[in-house]
Amino acid sequence: MNKKRMQDQLITYGIVIAAYIIMEILILTGNLSSHMKGLLVPMTYYAVIAVALNLCVGILGELSIGHCGFMCIGAFFSAFFSKVTENMLPTPIRFFLAFVVGIAFAALFGFLIGIPVLRLRGDYLAIVTLAFGEIIKNVINAIYLGVDANGLHMSLKNSMELGLLPEGEIIVNGAMGITGTPHDSNFTIAVIVLLISLFVVQNLINSRDGRAIMAVRDNSIAAEATGINVTGYKMMAFTISAAIAGAAGVLFSHNITSLTAASQYFGYNASIMILVYVVLGGIGNIRGSVIAAVILYMLPELLRGLNNYRMLIYAIVLIVMMIFNWSPNVIIFRKMILSKFKKRR
Amino acid sequence: MKKLKSIVSLMAASALLAGTIAGCGGNANGGAAGADTASDAQGTESAGGVFKIGAIGPLTGGAAAYGNAVCNAAELAVAEINAAGGINGYQVEYSKEDDELNAEKSVNAYNTLKDWGMQVLVGSTTSACSIAVSEYTKEDNMFQITPSGSAVDCVKYDNVFRVCFSDPNQGIASAQYINDHNLATKVGIIYDSSDVYSSGIYQKFVEESNGKNYEVVSAEAFTADNNTDFSVQLQKAKDAGADLVFLPIYYKDASLILTQADTMGYKPVFFGVDGMDGILTVENFDTSLAEGLMLLTPFAADATDDLTVNFVKNYQEKYGEVPNQFAADAYDAVFIIKQAIEAKGLTPDTSTSDICEALKSAMTEIEASGLTSAKMSWEANGEPNKEPKAVVIKDGAYVSAD
Repeated sequence: MNKKRMQDQLITYGIVIAAYIIMEILILTGNLSSHMKGLLVPMTYYAVIAVALNLCVGILGELSIGHCGFMCIGAFFSAFFSKVTENMLPTPIRFFLAFVVGIAFAALFGFLIGIPVLRLRGDYLAIVTLAFGEIIKNVINAIYLGVDANGLHMSLKNSMELGLLPEGEIIVNGAMGITGTPHDSNFTIAVIVLLISLFVVQNLINSRDGRAIMAVRDNSIAAEATGINVTGYKMMAFTISAAIAGAAGVLFSHNITSLTAASQYFGYNASIMILVYVVLGGIGNIRGSVIAAVILYMLPELLRGLNNYRMLIYAIVLIVMMIFNWSPNVIIFRKMILSKFKKRR
Repeated sequence: MKKLKSIVSLMAASALLAGTIAGCGGNANGGAAGADTASDAQGTESAGGVFKIGAIGPLTGGAAAYGNAVCNAAELAVAEINAAGGINGYQVEYSKEDDELNAEKSVNAYNTLKDWGMQVLVGSTTSACSIAVSEYTKEDNMFQITPSGSAVDCVKYDNVFRVCFSDPNQGIASAQYINDHNLATKVGIIYDSSDVYSSGIYQKFVEESNGKNYEVVSAEAFTADNNTDFSVQLQKAKDAGADLVFLPIYYKDASLILTQADTMGYKPVFFGVDGMDGILTVENFDTSLAEGLMLLTPFAADATDDLTVNFVKNYQEKYGEVPNQFAADAYDAVFIIKQAIEAKGLTPDTSTSDICEALKSAMTEIEASGLTSAKMSWEANGEPNKEPKAVVIKDGAYVSAD
């Protein structure tokens, strides 16, 4: 069994690395359209956050519908850090530290939210994360932050109240967000982040802690009776999940130079979209969420040629995937076909 | 476990399939229009003497009205140019892409257009998208002119120009206009703090209001998530005794504000900016409430000069609606490109980067005349010089306020 799991893990890494190598070869030989090249990084960070959410929904068994809120935290804190230190540090070090900052703050917020909520049983986490996602968006929309020789200035009213010196720079400008974050994300770094998050999550699942987390998911009373610290393990999984979402946010903010806390990136709908990736990829199936995220992000883009019909087709594909993956009749039918194949062999 | 495996393998198979399709797509595009650095010469070869202009805007979703206006008007302008013999005798091809008001998608749209062989970009329609795209046009050295991206940072790079006023300019112009015409003694402001455009104008307006002959007595914000009930904001303005309410917002929210102010029996002067254009076309809105509303806008659809009359007539025939200021900006943008290309005598086989260099210098030299102003010129920093026009709504129509 252990060997099989090992194999299963290696297949996941293999798929990611193979996809990376294929894409790199296509880029180097000039065969990849710039449209596809532009899709590579977003595709990867959505895969990263899908992995994060799958840890929360599939492994921990707690529904979170505000995961984009953590992405938002990671994006803004890291972009802020990068803007402030843009001229102070060399790019590789700065970008690495931006990751540390983004991940740390996302994890911190995940931890803080977890303290009250994860003690409860039921769907409370869903409600609280939903609210958190909306709150964080509105708070960032109201914050004005500037830097000058005297240090950091902050206001919740408007940029005039910052009282900056003339040469000071407004960094977070309310609804206008952060503009001009250095464009540091690239496909290689994004794939490395994806591999690291896969490594973290898959090893967590197969560890003692992971088995404890899954025991909590399956039957928390039984888990508690065997001496598992239910809240502690829930906190651990949720914080890790938030941290990985933060990493996706760092990639996001360093890929798009105009970062605004708008609902199309960090709102309720965006979080639901991630949840769709996770559900269609298979709840608890880490590799599935990576693949589903890639396909479902790419699909509407590849259908651009069909103009507005792409929305329609996207919806139909979602429904078909849902039926294909989860309908009992289709599963029986699929097994039949599959067994025929095996017999022939 | 087996079930999982089968799902996984199917997924993997489809992923591979998608990968190959994408690869093929890339191939085809690479051959036809060129995707890479070496593609400029190649791209123009296959283009066969056509200028390729692309436009980006939100064609679906909540902001679709703006994106459609821009993309339709640009299409109309291109059709008119082609009918009149093209630019320097070369026909123009046009393509538009949807960005769903999402900066990420806007960049994807830009890359799609680049694969198509675009040489000049009209877009993006909205500020945040335009800023994100400008990062890439800068990298590729592609000439970009945004019809309606009004945030300051939109024209941060020297290859980007804009047609509309910048947000700060609108704030400053509004403050000066209110001051110069003694419109008020106490001003209340209601703005959308979640909107880049609105908060940009608001900030500059308040800054500029220092030392003017009125005072700002209330400044109340709302966000895109709670833009249905404005009674609190209106009550505050009323309690503070504001006799003019400045609304640096889009017309949809403004129509609600006007209706609710009327219900409260609060009748100050309402003063808007170019986003207010279109208020008379809101469905189920009693246009008599907009009576006396003043707005600074570069374009009014019922102006009587030939250019506007023709534009409105053709636009209405083709798309079945009255064009707004976004459409006018985009229409102008295409003709500005035409004028700039003609000024430099460019041909379609010039590389995209050379076109950009030539247009950059042409823009500072030309003086354009269009729907949004009879006289427009540009600084090298991308900002237009043009006069704001104030209009007031009388008897359900725009009338010049001066």
